[in-house]
Amino acid sequence: MTEIFSVFLLILLVITAGAAIRTTNLFVAVMLMGIFSLLIAINFFLLDAADVALTEAAVGAGISTVLFLGALAFMNEQEREQAPKRLAGLISVSITALIIAYATFDKPAFGDPNAPAHQDLAPWFLETTQSAVDIPNVITAILGSFRGYDTLGEVFVVLTAAIGVLFLLDTPSAGNMLKRDEGLRHYLIPRMVGRLLIPFILLFGLYIQFHGEYGPGGGFQAGALVAASMILYALLEGQDRALEVLPQRVLTFLMAFGALLFGGVGVIGILNGANFLDYSVLSSDPVAGQQIGIILIEAGVGFTVTGVLLSIFHAFVARGRTQ
Amino acid sequence: MIVLDLFHYWTFIALLMMGFYTVIAKNNLVKRLLGLSLFQSAVFLLFIGIAKVEGGTTPIFTNLVDTQVFSNPLPQVLILTAIVVGISTSALGLAIILRIKEAYGTIEEDEIQSEEEEA
Amino acid sequence: MLSHLPILQIVVPMLMAPFVLLIQPARLAWALTLATSTLAFAIAINLIPLAAGDSAMIYPIGGWDAPYGIELKVDSLSVLFLLIISGASTFVLLAGYQSLGSEIHEAKLNWFFGAWLLALAGLLGIVVSADAFNIFVFMEIASLASYILIAGGPNRQALPAVFKYLIMGTIGATFYLIGVGLIYIMTGTLNISDIATKLPSVVDQTPILVAAGFISIGLALKAAIFPMHAWLPNTYSFAPNMVTAFLAACSTKIAIYVLLRIDFALFQSNLTGHLLQFKVFLIPLACMAILAGAYMAMRDSLAKKIFAWSSVGQVGYIILGAALVSHSGLTAALLHSFSHALAKGTMFIGIGLLALQAKSGELSSFAGLGRRHPLAAIAITIAGLSLVGIPGTAGFLSKWLLIQAILELPTGAVALLVVVLLSSLMSVVYLARFLETLFFPPAPAEGKVTLPLGATAILLAIAFASIYFGLAPTLPMELATQAADNLLGYGA
Repeated sequence: MTEIFSVFLLILLVITAGAAIRTTNLFVAVMLMGIFSLLIAINFFLLDAADVALTEAAVGAGISTVLFLGALAFMNEQEREQAPKRLAGLISVSITALIIAYATFDKPAFGDPNAPAHQDLAPWFLETTQSAVDIPNVITAILGSFRGYDTLGEVFVVLTAAIGVLFLLDTPSAGNMLKRDEGLRHYLIPRMVGRLLIPFILLFGLYIQFHGEYGPGGGFQAGALVAASMILYALLEGQDRALEVLPQRVLTFLMAFGALLFGGVGVIGILNGANFLDYSVLSSDPVAGQQIGIILIEAGVGFTVTGVLLSIFHAFVARGRTQ
Repeated sequence: MIVLDLFHYWTFIALLMMGFYTVIAKNNLVKRLLGLSLFQSAVFLLFIGIAKVEGGTTPIFTNLVDTQVFSNPLPQVLILTAIVVGISTSALGLAIILRIKEAYGTIEEDEIQSEEEEA
Repeated sequence: MLSHLPILQIVVPMLMAPFVLLIQPARLAWALTLATSTLAFAIAINLIPLAAGDSAMIYPIGGWDAPYGIELKVDSLSVLFLLIISGASTFVLLAGYQSLGSEIHEAKLNWFFGAWLLALAGLLGIVVSADAFNIFVFMEIASLASYILIAGGPNRQALPAVFKYLIMGTIGATFYLIGVGLIYIMTGTLNISDIATKLPSVVDQTPILVAAGFISIGLALKAAIFPMHAWLPNTYSFAPNMVTAFLAACSTKIAIYVLLRIDFALFQSNLTGHLLQFKVFLIPLACMAILAGAYMAMRDSLAKKIFAWSSVGQVGYIILGAALVSHSGLTAALLHSFSHALAKGTMFIGIGLLALQAKSGELSSFAGLGRRHPLAAIAITIAGLSLVGIPGTAGFLSKWLLIQAILELPTGAVALLVVVLLSSLMSVVYLARFLETLFFPPAPAEGKVTLPLGATAILLAIAFASIYFGLAPTLPMELATQAADNLLGYGA
C-alpha cells in the first residue's frame, strides 16, 4: 500500500516541478515550488526521515516561499517569453542524465539492509548513541555530537547568508521607512485568527527546540518556527511594530550570540584538555556532558536561525519601503 | 519493491534534469534560482533514498515500536545540513537579484546584457 | 596546545566573525580582522615543522575518531595552501585599508569584514578537512562569503557577474555532492582515507567512475578550469580591488587542491585506466586554458580584466603540471600555485592602489600613473616579470620546473613546450602593453599626488618576496616537494 502511495507521490512531484518550470507567471511558479516542497517532505517522511521532512516543510514550503514572495513584490511577476537557447541546454542536460542513469545499473538495490551504505558507520551510530549519549533521537546525536563540526559549519553558512543579505540590502529599522506599514491591522478576521495562531506556533517552536533529543526536531526547525511566528506578527501588525518589538540590533546580536554559544561550547572542550567540540568534559559524567553539550549547541543553533531568518525577512520587506 | 527502487532513481534523475535545464536555459533570474533549488532538492531525494532500509523506521528509539531495524541516520543528517545550505544560497541569490533589479530595471538576463553594452 | 593548532586555524577566524559584526567603529573592525588574519598566518607558519615529512597531524573533532567523527588532517600539502590563503588575506588587509574605504560604504564595513573572516575560515576549513562532506560545508561558507565580498563594490556590473558565479558555483558544489553521494552508496563512509581503504573491495566500478566525473566537473567549475571559466573574468574585474587581490591569490587554487587531493587519494589507485583518463582529459584542457587565457588577456582593455584572463591561463599551468602525474610535474604545479599567488596578489594590490587615482578601470585611465608613483609601479613591474617567468623571480623557477617535467615525457613533449613558450611570449605582450601605459605617457595633471605610504611599503615588500623566493627558494621548494610526496602517497 505504501509503495503505491510512494509511486503516486513521486509522479505528483515530477508533475508539480514541471508545472513550476513551465509557467511564465513567477508568482505561480513560487507557489508551485512551495507545494513541491510539501510533497517532497511527505516523501522524506515515508522514507523514515522525520527530521528532514520537518525541516523541508518549514524551510522549503515556509521560509523559502515567504522570501521569494517578498522579493517578487518589487518585480514584474510575469516572465518574458522565452528567447530560444534551448538546444545547448537540452544537450548538456541529456548527457548528464545518461551518465547518471548509467551509474544506476550497478547500484545496490533500494532498501537492501546489506548494502555497503548501511554497514560499519550506521550500526556504530545506533549503538554509540545509546551507550555514549543516551538520547532516543539518533539524528540529534549525530548532528550535535558525532558530526557537530558539520553543524557548526551549517550555522556559519546561515550566518553568512544573513551577513550577505544585510550587506547587500540595507539594515532595516522602524525609523527610516518612508511610509508606515499598517499590515492587516484594519482587517478584523485575519487579524483575530492570526493573533490566536501566534502563541501556538511559538509554543510549538519551543517544544520542537527542547524535545529534539526525544523526537524529531531541534534548533534549526525550532528557529524556523519561532521566526515564522514573528513573521506572522509582522504581516498582521505591520513591519514597524514587529521591528519595535525586536529591533534589528537585537536580531543581529541574537545571531552573533547563537554562533558564539555554539563555538564557545567547543572551545570549553579545548580548555578542559579535550578536543574541540568534545562535550564529555562538560560534566563529571561523560554521558551527562554529552547531553548538556547537545542542549547548549541546539540552543545556539535556535538563536542564530531565529535571528538570521527574521533579519533576512525584514531586509527584503523593508527594501521597497526605504526607496 | 523493485518498482520503487527504480522509481526513486528515475524521479531523482527527472527532477535533477528539470532543475539543471531551468538553470542553464532560462532567461529570468528568479526562474533560474527556482531551478537551482529544484536541482538541489533532487539531490536531497537521492540521499534520503540511500538512507532507507527495508522494514526500518525513523532512527529514534521509542517504546512504541518494538522493531530493532532503523533506517540509516547518516545521510539524513547530511541532508539536514544541505537543506540549510540551500536556503542560504537562495536568500543570498534573491538579495543579489533585488539589487540587479534596482540597478538595471530588469531581471531578464539578455536585457541586462544589452543595457550593459549600451552603457 | 600545539596539538590543537589544526582546529584553531579554522575556529579563530570563524568565531571572530560574529564579534566583528558587533564592533564599532569600522576602523576597529578592520583592525580586529587584520589581527585575526595575522594570527591565522602565524598558526599556519607554526604548522610547517609539525606537519613536515611523513608525519601528518590528525585531529579528531569532538574526540570521535574517524570514520565515525570528522577529522582534520594537516600535511605538507595542506600547510602550503594554508600559508597561501592566510598570507594573502593578511597582506591584502594590511595594504588595503584606504582602497577598501574608498569602495565600501562605511556603514557597511562591519558586514564586509565579517564576510571576509568567514571567507578566510571557509577556505582554511576546506584545506584541513579530511571528510568529503565536511569539505562541501566549508566550500559553501567560503563561496557564499566570496559572493558577498565580490558584490560589495560600487560597480553595478559586479551584480550580474556575481549572480552568474553564484549559479555556477552552486551547480559545482551540487555536482560534488552527487559524487560524494555515489561514493557513499558504494562504500558507506565519508572520510577520505577510509574511502581509500574501502574502495579496493568495491567490485563494481561504474558508480565510482561516474562519481569521479561528477566530482571533477564540479570542482573544475569552482576552479575555473577552461572551458568552465566563464564566471571568472567578470567577477574578478568588477569586484572591489582588494577582494580581487585576495580571491585571485587563493580561491580557485583551493578547488584545484581538493580536486588533486581526492583524485590522487581515491581514484588514481583504485580505478583501472583512470590515470590515462586524467591525463587525456586534463592536458588538452590545460593547454587550451593557457593559450585562451593569454590570448584574451592580450585583447582586453580593462586593466583588471587583463590579469583576470591571465589567471585563467595560469590555472592552466597548474593543471598542466598536475596532469603530468609525475613527481616533478606535481612539484612544479604546487610551486607555481605559490609563486602565482604571490605575483598575482601583488599585481592586484598594485592595480588597486593606482586605481585610487584612476578615473575608471579602463587601461587608458592608468596612463602615466607609473611616472607619478614610481614605487608602486616598480612593484607591479616585478610582479609582472614573475608572472611572465623572467629568471630571478619565483615565477621563473616554477615555470622552469614545469618545463623540466614536460621534458621527462616520452611523447608529446615538444607540443607542450611550444604551448608554454608561446604563452610566455603572449604574456610578455600583455604585460608590456600595461607597463607601457603606466610609464610612457606623461603623468596626468590633475589628481592627488601621494599614495598611502604604508600600503606602498607593504606592496614593495611582497613584490620583493617574489624575487627573494626566486633566489632562495628553499622553503616553498621543500614544501612543494613534500606535498608532491603526500599526493603520490610516498611514505603514506
